[in-house]
Amino acid sequence: MREVDRRTKLNRRTFLQGAATAVPAVAVATSAGLSIEDAWAEGSTTLAPATMKTLVKVARDIYPHDFLVDSYYITAVKPWDGKAAKDPAVKAMIEDGVKRLDQDAQDRHKLPYAQVAWESDRVTLLQGIEQTAFFKAMRSDLVVSLYNQEELWPKFGYEGSSAEHGGYIKRGFDDINWLPKV
Amino acid sequence: MAKFDLNDDGVVVIVGSGAGGGTLGNELAQKGIKVVILEAGARNEIQDFINNEWESFTQLAWKDMRTTSGSWQVAKDFPNLPAWIVKSVGGSTVHWAGASLRFDEHEFKIRSAYGDVPGANMLDWPITLAEMEPWYAKAENKMGVTRTNGIPGLPGNNNFKVMEAGARKVGYKEVHTGRMAINSQPRDGRGSCQQIGFCFQGCKSGAKWSTLYTEIPKGEATGNLEVRPNSMAIKIEHDASGKVTGVVYADAEGKQQRQKARVVAVAGNSIESPRLLLNSASSMFPDGLANSSGQVGRNYMRHMTGSVYAVFDKSVHMYRGTTMAGIIRDEAKNDPSRGFFGGYEMETLSLGVPFMAAFLKPGAWGRTFTSAMEQYPQMAGMWLVGEDLPQETNRVTLDPKAKDAHGMPVASVHYDDHPNDLAMRNHAYKQGSAVYESIGATATFPTVPYPSTHNMGTNRMSAKARDGVVNKFGQTHDIKNLFVSDGSQFTSSAACNPTLTIVSLAIRQADHIAGAMQKKEI
Repeated sequence: MREVDRRTKLNRRTFLQGAATAVPAVAVATSAGLSIEDAWAEGSTTLAPATMKTLVKVARDIYPHDFLVDSYYITAVKPWDGKAAKDPAVKAMIEDGVKRLDQDAQDRHKLPYAQVAWESDRVTLLQGIEQTAFFKAMRSDLVVSLYNQEELWPKFGYEGSSAEHGGYIKRGFDDINWLPKV
Repeated sequence: MAKFDLNDDGVVVIVGSGAGGGTLGNELAQKGIKVVILEAGARNEIQDFINNEWESFTQLAWKDMRTTSGSWQVAKDFPNLPAWIVKSVGGSTVHWAGASLRFDEHEFKIRSAYGDVPGANMLDWPITLAEMEPWYAKAENKMGVTRTNGIPGLPGNNNFKVMEAGARKVGYKEVHTGRMAINSQPRDGRGSCQQIGFCFQGCKSGAKWSTLYTEIPKGEATGNLEVRPNSMAIKIEHDASGKVTGVVYADAEGKQQRQKARVVAVAGNSIESPRLLLNSASSMFPDGLANSSGQVGRNYMRHMTGSVYAVFDKSVHMYRGTTMAGIIRDEAKNDPSRGFFGGYEMETLSLGVPFMAAFLKPGAWGRTFTSAMEQYPQMAGMWLVGEDLPQETNRVTLDPKAKDAHGMPVASVHYDDHPNDLAMRNHAYKQGSAVYESIGATATFPTVPYPSTHNMGTNRMSAKARDGVVNKFGQTHDIKNLFVSDGSQFTSSAACNPTLTIVSLAIRQADHIAGAMQKKEI
């Protein structure tokens, strides 16, 4: 059977695209002496960098895939900054949501959400806000903004668009070889 | 290409260009009858189709707001998207899977076969399988259905081979790659299937039959058919005698136009068709057009559906190749000893990663869900589709509050599962899982229904005017020059996919309309 190559084809362009718009991130990183991983959050205009970082943690806790690096989750949540800039109600929903989550984390663990060490503890905190508009908006957006990134499809063994490759008629549509004989 | 004047009152106006409307339009045009098809969506051609689930959804799907209520899962998971159908020239034949099955004899007479099931609004069709057989044959020939007319079946893809192996293991007998309106060899000027996958996103090779590139261009070539895209029908008008006279529609700029008509045929799928009739209420017809029975919008059926995805320890790559070329028919019979009336089909199905995330378990999150997602390449999948029973209270109404861009009330879709549907779904989940477990599946996922792709029954056929909306030719009981030409005519839903029956009815209806026009009856 023809298997899908799941190795990360990490090129600079993909990574920087993933980590927000390329040039500002690099500029911020070099001028402020930050690592690239943090710089994307500094590039947000409306939501505080700490808020953006918490959103990334929340995103990973909602859909945890250990084979995905943070850049995919960053790409998935980054648009919230723009949406918050356009709509004060969105900004308030996110800021209040993160505040509540951090407060719950402080009450229970004396730490902000993003610093609670075990995923299972953070999941318990998320379950506590599962019915809030904030959580519902995060999850329903994320199920598209995360899984619709073409760059991560090979990691799930999915090959995406096929017509331009002539379909699968010569690329393994019927190449299964392990079934019991019928 | 024809271009008819808005004041030409000799034309047949068809609302919708899908399986019903597109077929009827071409059939009439071939007979020399002038036809204007009003299509709400844009004209996206084969080269415009996109092998990307969400992008394609944005391009093709009917996304205008609808509201929902009732006990069905869809109302909870997708409250404003009760149906996944198409708003584009070609209608839902652009995204249909191609499965083309005939009804069984008993499925045309559910009242006689199942009796008076409590809670259901049982009725026999005013036609029988024997009467439909010649029309089914014409439709199969037109659409190039595999395993008919000497056309070989499609080759089985990996997903089919898994299902087939399991089906044989549990003892199912009628298992094959389906009767599909997808070319297994070149036919009718179209090539053969390239095993692209993405059947639901518009067939990039044109191997799958769609009115978009078969019926419609053939009709247009006669000079008798004009298709007007971006034309949203708003109201059907009538004269003092009660005959319909034309259709008011919003054009691409949102400007209202009035196309006069000798005959109007409604084929906007089972949510929009009753919406249009209800929205055409007048002082003469205060409950909407053709609604003296009160049945317009009622008896909405959407099939008992569900899916089973199964995980194996080795790769399947179910997304490769024809999406639905695989069927188990053994459970399609009516065998009430299973605890329900009617039957169901098991058909291969796959989703890409983006749609799998959205539909595997709507609303789910956390490691149970992501662990399932990570098994994607080792998954096989099947769709369960079976007969649901007509219920008078399952209905399409005009939403009292929400309005669309043209100020027209949106459709509100109410659906409660009948106990028969629930019993059938449980049986189907169990059998579907057994198929995969028999050959070593390590996990199976019973997946809840997606937004409805099969919408039926909201303008149903009946022998008597008091029981339904249209007669055996889809002609409304109340208004002789007003027809219904889509799946909303269905008196029962049957176990199988509806398109072949819609096309067969449209071919038959074209004969009837042409005859009646010639005899000056309409």
